[in-house]
Amino acid sequence: MISITFTHYLFLSAIIFTLGVFGIFVNRKNVITILMCIELILLSVNINLVAFSVYLQNFTGQIFTLFILTVAAGEAAIGLAILVVFFRNKGSIEVQDINSMKG
Amino acid sequence: MVHALIFYVFSAIAILSAIMVISSKNTVHSVFFLILAFISVASLFIMIGAEFVGMILLIVYVGAVAVLFLFVVMMLEGNFKNVKHGFLQYLPFGAFIGAVVLFEIVIIIGAWKYKPDLIRVSSIPYNVSTNSTQSLGKLIYTDYILAFQLSGLILLVAMIGAILLTFNKRSDLKRQDIATQSSRERNDSIYLTDPESGKGVKVND
Repeated sequence: MISITFTHYLFLSAIIFTLGVFGIFVNRKNVITILMCIELILLSVNINLVAFSVYLQNFTGQIFTLFILTVAAGEAAIGLAILVVFFRNKGSIEVQDINSMKG
Repeated sequence: MVHALIFYVFSAIAILSAIMVISSKNTVHSVFFLILAFISVASLFIMIGAEFVGMILLIVYVGAVAVLFLFVVMMLEGNFKNVKHGFLQYLPFGAFIGAVVLFEIVIIIGAWKYKPDLIRVSSIPYNVSTNSTQSLGKLIYTDYILAFQLSGLILLVAMIGAILLTFNKRSDLKRQDIATQSSRERNDSIYLTDPESGKGVKVND
């Protein structure tokens, strides 16, 4: 009989967080994949917050999950808008082309 | 037992789809695997009693954010065919950083202890019999009203920013220019004339 403690959720969150960080390093050329990796990282933070909220019997964690959700939605919208504008100006979305502000 | 089985199945799906998100060659497939990861995690949330957060995760992430990603990917598709070139090049470095991060987090989880007096700070008692939607609503409109309003403001700023960034000014369209319109004066637009018979009026060019 295996029982699921909240440590299992923390490990799941740690693995997804690591995958997100790993993905940012591996997909250094694709901005959209980097944005998706950021979403993965935020998802793992949400798992952490909800697990602690249930474990500590406290709703504050779930409320902060909602705020993180808000920020993630705003970040995705702004990031993709910047990407669309960049593509319109440069005709490319490769990260190594984003160097106009280099001194 | 069933709980454990469901947990392992859903978390395995979540982790595998997270792996596919970062390793898939096609970005559209990455977005779909991202959706799958979100759905599995939302199911886990619903399973441990955070059903409101789970449903909101489905609505906001799968319904809005992932579809936004899909739109942008399909809009810009065909322009990043060769962007997966550096995968093997950055793999050792990324694996090293990832291993260090995972190691640190696992150490923290293993050594973690909470202070018992930190638990009961919420003014709404955690009650399993009421649903979490009701309790969250009570809490968010009382203790966290400022943060709630500020997050609404963040969404407003994000909306205005996204619209302004992607707004495309077209020269072939006539638009209303309110500044010009309201700064017009009577002398600019109207003049009185007393034309002689048979001569007509000079029409303003």
